[in-house]
Amino acid sequence: MLIMRHELLLIAITVILLLIEIFLPHDKKHKIILPAILLMALVTAAGFIPGPTGVLFGGMYGTSALILLMKNILNIGVLIVFIQSVSWLKLDDQKEKISEFFILLLSTLIGMDYMISSGDFLMFYLGLELATIPIATLAAFERYKEKSAEAGVKLIFMSALSSGILLYGLSMIYGTTGTVYFPEVAATFQSTPLQILAFIFFFAGMAFKISLVPFHLWAADVYEGAPINVTSYLSVISKGAAVFIFTIILYTVFAKIALMWRDVIYVIAILTMTMGNLFAMRQRNIKRFLAFSSIAQAGFILLGIIGQSQLGMTTVIYFVLIYIFSNLGAFGVATIISNKTGKESIDDYDGFYRTNPMLSLTMMLALFSLAGIPPIAGFFGKFFLFAAAAKQGLYILVLIAVLNTIVSLYYYLLIIKAMFLNRSDQPIGYFKSDGYTRLGLAICIAGILIIGFASPVYEFILKLSYGIY
Amino acid sequence: MFTYTVWIVLIPFFLFILIGFFGHKFKPLVSGVVGTSGLFASMALSYYTAYQYFFVVGKTGDVFGKIIGYNTVWLKLTEKLHIDLGVLLDPISVMMLIVITTVSFMVHLYSIGYMQGEKGYMRFFSMLSLFSFSMLGLVVATNIFQMYIFWELVGVSSYLLIGFYYTRDTAVAASKKAFIVTRFADLGFLIGILLLSFNTGTFDFLTLTDPNGVAITQGSGIMFLGLSTMTWSMIFIFMGGAGKSAMFPLHIWLPDAMEGPTPVSALIHAATMVVAGVYLVARMFPIFHFSAPVALDVVMCVGAFSSIFAAVIACTQYDIKRVLAYSTMSQIGLMMFALGVSGYGAEEGLGFMASMFHLFTHAFFKALLFLAAGAIIHAVHSNYMNDMGGLRKHLPITHITFLIACLSIAGIPPLAGFFSKDEILAAGHEKSMMLFILGLIISALTAFYMFRLYFSIFWGKQQQYHHTPHEAPKVMTIPLILLALGAVFAGFIPFSSFVTSDGKPFASHIDFAVAIPAVLVGVLGALTAMMFYMKETNIPETISRSLGGFYRAAFRKFYIDEIYLFITKKILFNYVSRPVAWFDRHIVDGSMNGISYVTNEVSTRIKGMQSGQLQQYAWIFVSGAIGLALAFIYLWTL
Repeated sequence: MLIMRHELLLIAITVILLLIEIFLPHDKKHKIILPAILLMALVTAAGFIPGPTGVLFGGMYGTSALILLMKNILNIGVLIVFIQSVSWLKLDDQKEKISEFFILLLSTLIGMDYMISSGDFLMFYLGLELATIPIATLAAFERYKEKSAEAGVKLIFMSALSSGILLYGLSMIYGTTGTVYFPEVAATFQSTPLQILAFIFFFAGMAFKISLVPFHLWAADVYEGAPINVTSYLSVISKGAAVFIFTIILYTVFAKIALMWRDVIYVIAILTMTMGNLFAMRQRNIKRFLAFSSIAQAGFILLGIIGQSQLGMTTVIYFVLIYIFSNLGAFGVATIISNKTGKESIDDYDGFYRTNPMLSLTMMLALFSLAGIPPIAGFFGKFFLFAAAAKQGLYILVLIAVLNTIVSLYYYLLIIKAMFLNRSDQPIGYFKSDGYTRLGLAICIAGILIIGFASPVYEFILKLSYGIY
Repeated sequence: MFTYTVWIVLIPFFLFILIGFFGHKFKPLVSGVVGTSGLFASMALSYYTAYQYFFVVGKTGDVFGKIIGYNTVWLKLTEKLHIDLGVLLDPISVMMLIVITTVSFMVHLYSIGYMQGEKGYMRFFSMLSLFSFSMLGLVVATNIFQMYIFWELVGVSSYLLIGFYYTRDTAVAASKKAFIVTRFADLGFLIGILLLSFNTGTFDFLTLTDPNGVAITQGSGIMFLGLSTMTWSMIFIFMGGAGKSAMFPLHIWLPDAMEGPTPVSALIHAATMVVAGVYLVARMFPIFHFSAPVALDVVMCVGAFSSIFAAVIACTQYDIKRVLAYSTMSQIGLMMFALGVSGYGAEEGLGFMASMFHLFTHAFFKALLFLAAGAIIHAVHSNYMNDMGGLRKHLPITHITFLIACLSIAGIPPLAGFFSKDEILAAGHEKSMMLFILGLIISALTAFYMFRLYFSIFWGKQQQYHHTPHEAPKVMTIPLILLALGAVFAGFIPFSSFVTSDGKPFASHIDFAVAIPAVLVGVLGALTAMMFYMKETNIPETISRSLGGFYRAAFRKFYIDEIYLFITKKILFNYVSRPVAWFDRHIVDGSMNGISYVTNEVSTRIKGMQSGQLQQYAWIFVSGAIGLALAFIYLWTL
């Protein structure tokens, strides 16, 4: 029981929220916000209580200290998303569906937790689908808006396609090894042509979730169309969870063919970083912009994965943790602007600093962290990723990554320039953000600052990562 | 046991955050009071630490050891190479804690009155806290990298404070000059650090300065231009120290730095930051002594020359803060000189002890002189001694405390300056007769220019003031009185039983063969000044005229500034910067513009991929997967 405590707690609060929803009168649906956030905060805090780890159901499910840490990180991210969504949920259009938002989000989180903990491919697939399908509903949450509906449809179609290919790959793995359990697959997996095909199909399915080039095309449209809070969830939490399980499977199940998958990732990393950056440069819509920037960031994460060692695992988790805070910080500011004024174009940000200095500074900090400017957290995150790749002697890859960082600096600074330097005749007027938004942003700022300066965080992850590889 | 010492450093840091970010929510006076009480807490902790260290736990056997009070690995680059942040306690760092927190507290208290009504009152106090934090972090550094980090922080906060009156062009120019000159020196420091750590494989002071440790016994490294790597690295490190401590020829920023508010001059440019260079050499002293004696000779020569050079200039200046600035440079030169002649081990290390002792007493009387000068400037609204005279009746407290400080710095017994300067002269005497005589000349000059200052301000001709000068408020005179007590009594501390080069206490005594001539030349200098300046006479004018060119050169500070300007403006700008700028504009910018043009073009061309059509996405997805699979099957199996 206790081994599965993260999932059970989440299921419990989902049920509680459902019950509250039933008893709430029609016009008082917003009363669910506070209990939802408090319960999530409680679950997040409870996740840090040490407890037993181990294997359940004959190896279908397993946890370790490291996996628990990953789940805790996801919990924190979801909590921030909850807090940031409040201003949007309170708008008239969403008022009726507030509880649905929380419940759907929680079910995807449960799916992710099962996915990370999975010990065989069946469990993994179940978790993956549970984590994906509700998101399509969420993307179409503003269903009367054409773009939102389109985003939902696109997401569900593309994820059906990718699931199909992934399943195809899994069936070939089962066909060639005769098992779906991770340790047994790991023991017998070779690099026969059929198995390479199986691996690549599996890889394509995961690459879809992480939005790696050329499997990323859905991302921009869905990110733009979906409500901005769902976008931030998709590009941060959902991506982070996929990165975690992807890394675990590569390091354990496919350890034998590491030489091959490292080459695959080498190619995809270069493609993803470069294409992500080239597209990001041209975007004028803040959501599309952040979508492509998050694609480019995914390319950087691959550098840590390719490190394939204790160091690699650590750097990936560390980077995702920082990435959650930085990206949610940027999204948080974009969200509040979008909710208060409906403006989503970067051109509208001209002169924003003059009217809303605190929000501009927060945005600047988040973007600096994403760009990797020392001494903010993002710099250390990237530095360690590059170090992990450099340790494998992949200097050319690191060089390309550094060049890409410079390009990314260009477009992150464009936004900062718009906010601080450009003048505008009609800047976005001053507005006061509500307490929830401020709380959410404060958590992000604290995260960005503390994780960058406090080395114990990194040391802690490093220690936990010892067993996985 | 000493974990709490980390709070000595952290309290000013939190003050900086608190005053800097939230100070504007309160009345200005609040930030002053908060800053001052915070510093008081820091000072109280320092005194407690000193008590614990010197009287309770510091001694193991017969020796004051080095204790790591607190340590944390901050940036772990590899297993061996990591940068730590921590607190290292040994006699010199504990002594510096006392000096810095005491002077900083006095300056905070004094500034409550001095800065009253200034725009930027709150900014001033937040910067003072930032400076105190950086300086404290510097002296407790456990490794040379931490020292470097705080060293730069000190530079930045000094820059901010010198340029406090940022609407005044001269202040802006002075702050830039200070920053650039010290930054240039820090480049040497950084090169030195890299050479040293490359050679020894560690940043850690404990390992570096252990006389039996690896660094000293086998770390001399390869030879380059006749000197070992170790010597070169120590010379470079000393370059950083010379920059901060305003040693010739990197001293040019110090007189200009007087543009800052006077309390800042007292804190930064008299008692704390400028002695960072001395502290640096003292911290690395075993390496200097055992592995790089040539570098130690450099320290001695630079110190001695700067000392006499600055003393001569000080005799000719009229701006009272500038006289004090050159006097500071001269006294720091003496400290460097004492380190340079010192040996290692109990009595052998007399110079080391003398240097630290003088640093300690100098902090009191020099801070006092600056703060008193601030009170005078506050009263007559001028920096020039020509505008002053006969002030003793108007400013009685300032007068008495200023006189005490002058007597102390002139080395008149039994004031503090006498004891510490006597030890320095004794150390010089042990080395050679020549150096002793040099020391005597500097002492005579010191007494002369200090009393020249004293008599022209408080005696001399009676001036007609626009409105009668009045004594400063209590909040300003109390620090003066407290510091005056320090300037009187600090000398009675038996310093050699606490601070020595190797931690072994020894008993020092006063050598009359040294003390008597020293006192005599001091009195002689003071009497000469009295003759010249107590009543209005034309003797100074006659003398300066008879000295002719030499006087003019000294008055113009030996044209060092002009030489710098000539080198930078005429030679560097024309023959180095111009070609580099051309290369930058045409070649570097050109290729960068080319790259960005190509990048932009490519990103326009590929936008077709993102058409928004699902069929196309699916097509790219599937063909991508199959293409990858085929490529890797081909590469790996055929």
